[in-house]
Amino acid sequence: MSTAVLAKADRLIIGDRTFVSRLIIGTGKYRSYDEMKAAHRASGAEMVTVAVRRVPLDRSAESFLDHLDPAMQLLPNTAGCYTAEEAIRTARLAREALQTDLIKLEVIGDQTTLFPDNEQTLEAAAVLAKEGFTVLPYFTDDLIMAKKLLDVGCPAVMPLAAPIGSGLGIQNPANLRIMREQLPEATIIVDAGVGTASDAAIAMELGADAVLMNTAIAEAQDAAKMAQAMKLAIEAGRLAYLAGRMSKRLYASASSPHTGVAR
Amino acid sequence: MNLRINGEDREVANNLSLKELVTQLDLPPERIAIELNQNVVRRADWPSTGLKENDQVEIVHFVGGGEPVSSRQ
Repeated sequence: MSTAVLAKADRLIIGDRTFVSRLIIGTGKYRSYDEMKAAHRASGAEMVTVAVRRVPLDRSAESFLDHLDPAMQLLPNTAGCYTAEEAIRTARLAREALQTDLIKLEVIGDQTTLFPDNEQTLEAAAVLAKEGFTVLPYFTDDLIMAKKLLDVGCPAVMPLAAPIGSGLGIQNPANLRIMREQLPEATIIVDAGVGTASDAAIAMELGADAVLMNTAIAEAQDAAKMAQAMKLAIEAGRLAYLAGRMSKRLYASASSPHTGVAR
Repeated sequence: MNLRINGEDREVANNLSLKELVTQLDLPPERIAIELNQNVVRRADWPSTGLKENDQVEIVHFVGGGEPVSSRQ
């Protein structure tokens, strides 16, 4: 099956939006705008996440958004928020500025690990979903938490694979598999922890619907090349998941017929 | 009068509207958002929103990233 055929048949669905690309990318840590733009182009991503910050008052603030492809869907995030209240306020500001209901909800619990505060995240998700936001929550890779987030109205959930920016890869594949099996209808987006292309492929093979990443691309020696590698890995991993892998067995199983061998 | 804008004390003319404040600060009005005393003020309401002594104003825009920093703490 070619990529074009796959794209037609198989879309990422988030609320009432559909995407061909299953890679969502970030905008932080790039060494230059040119490098970021090249990586974004190479990634084929259709959605990009941006952070909300105070405008500097003493110098002219050029608009960061001008450096992004206007065709890409902006996904504002609440990074930097440590309480539900802060995240809710940030989401409302983002909606007003961008006129979008999409919000990547992050409520961090601890500065060293950047692990999410799941309680605060759930509280904020419930409020924002009621206000009509399309809430994409970052949370610990836990099935019960995923269920609660879906129950309060999140159209998708974003479990971490490893600490943000760590590049450690999928630390708990069993949790992702369980989440996929128990929530077959849910949109599951792996957020945080991917380090290289094989990590992204594994996430997709485990049944993730998409992967969001920033550091793995931005901190690669050649960001654009890594972006392309991620694009291909995600396509390959998705195809492998849809294809259904063979069963593992302990012993060899010959591919060629046993009979008729010339002796 | 004094306003607290993005955590800084600023002296501005009395009876300023939010719209006039944005102009005075020389901010690009597109793709920014403003909170007045912790409530978002819609762009359409900037001209009719008057400011008063010791109001707290938060003006935000978008930057690259996703990792938490403590700029809003």
